[in-house]
Amino acid sequence: MVELLEQREQILDPMRPEPFVIQRVGRESYDTFTVELAPRDPYRTFDFAPGQFNMLYAFGVGEIPISISGDPSHPERLVHTTRAVGTVTNAMSNLKVGDEIGVRGPFGNEWPVNQASGHDVVLVAGGIGLAPLRPALYQVLRHRERYGKVVLLYGTRSPEDILFRSELERWRARFDLEVYITVDYADSKWHSNVGVVTKLIPKAPFDPLHTVAMICGPEVMMRFTAIELQKRGVSNDNIYVSMERNMKCAVGFCGHCQFGPVFICKDGPIFTYQQVQSWVTRWVV
Amino acid sequence: MKAIETLLAEHDFFKDLEPQYLELIAGCGKNVRFDAGQYIFHEGESANEFYVIRYGQVALEAHDHRRGQVTLQTLHEGDVLGWSWLIPPYRWHYNARPLTLVRAIALDATCLRTKCDEDHHLGYELLKRFATVIVDRLDATRLQVLDVYG
Repeated sequence: MVELLEQREQILDPMRPEPFVIQRVGRESYDTFTVELAPRDPYRTFDFAPGQFNMLYAFGVGEIPISISGDPSHPERLVHTTRAVGTVTNAMSNLKVGDEIGVRGPFGNEWPVNQASGHDVVLVAGGIGLAPLRPALYQVLRHRERYGKVVLLYGTRSPEDILFRSELERWRARFDLEVYITVDYADSKWHSNVGVVTKLIPKAPFDPLHTVAMICGPEVMMRFTAIELQKRGVSNDNIYVSMERNMKCAVGFCGHCQFGPVFICKDGPIFTYQQVQSWVTRWVV
Repeated sequence: MKAIETLLAEHDFFKDLEPQYLELIAGCGKNVRFDAGQYIFHEGESANEFYVIRYGQVALEAHDHRRGQVTLQTLHEGDVLGWSWLIPPYRWHYNARPLTLVRAIALDATCLRTKCDEDHHLGYELLKRFATVIVDRLDATRLQVLDVYG
């Protein structure tokens, strides 16, 4: 009984990391990797919604927020994809199968996958931004009949930066999904688009009046993408972005991720562009 | 087979252009096709034509001695290829290499420049359209420089 109560307390305490064991580590590109985690407790599953994030704790190093990049219909397996750019992510990139990571979450709201039902869906990803959008695409494809056209526009710096290559190939082969990939620069071996991802929007096949767009990438990329979508006639209410700030507690206590009148961790990270438009162009928020 | 004038009228670049101007421009045009890999033009060559892409994909390339051919941008159906014909000394700044089969309308630069000199309204219309293309490509380049996926 005491054990059960302790377990329950652990689940209910959002500040206490749970130990998860690394099942698989995969390299996506020269600096980006994916880890698959399973809870140490074999009876624990991990339900989450597309767009949500976890706080991942590299023991003895630090804790960072990372979006979930796995399939929501497989809650037994927690998948995170991240770039090794700082102390914590570098430490994580060195972990091996069988090592443990502390996990708090899931936190935050979700991509409007259900609200998009009956609409065309346009997913625009920049760089590592494909990872947080992938769960939304999984869910859309799982219920493909609910949507009109589904379009994925993906931009990276170079062909070497493209994530989830084999999966992208499978998606490209589908007749019910349009996938366009572009890179900023390439050599002559690259036979696809070169240019920023925003330039794919004017010709992408969707009906702007009946479209829900979800954008994920660096803020500057999301801003210019939203502008192009507006030019096509997509309303700000139907453009969703995933915001990122310095999240620490993930439950709206610490205030580190305050963004204008909202907390990214608690009120987001997904917002309509209408909600954040006036804030994303300010230098300090 | 459709007349050049009809094909131009269907192209985004010439959308809503007055019919008499379409006719004038069509008089400088011809249908062309290029196979994948067959260069349309090379850097430094005289810019005697520009191209209205009807089908296919073209890579604009520059040579870098360390990296070889670097693709700067790709152009597609609905785009126009080349504005060096407008600005002295009328020489191409980059290489243009089709990535696929390309069908286009080639417009003779000398013919068009002469017509624009004779009819400034036509010249102004064309310049307005090219200014939009140039601004669009400048924006795209700025975003590439910004490294928006950083």
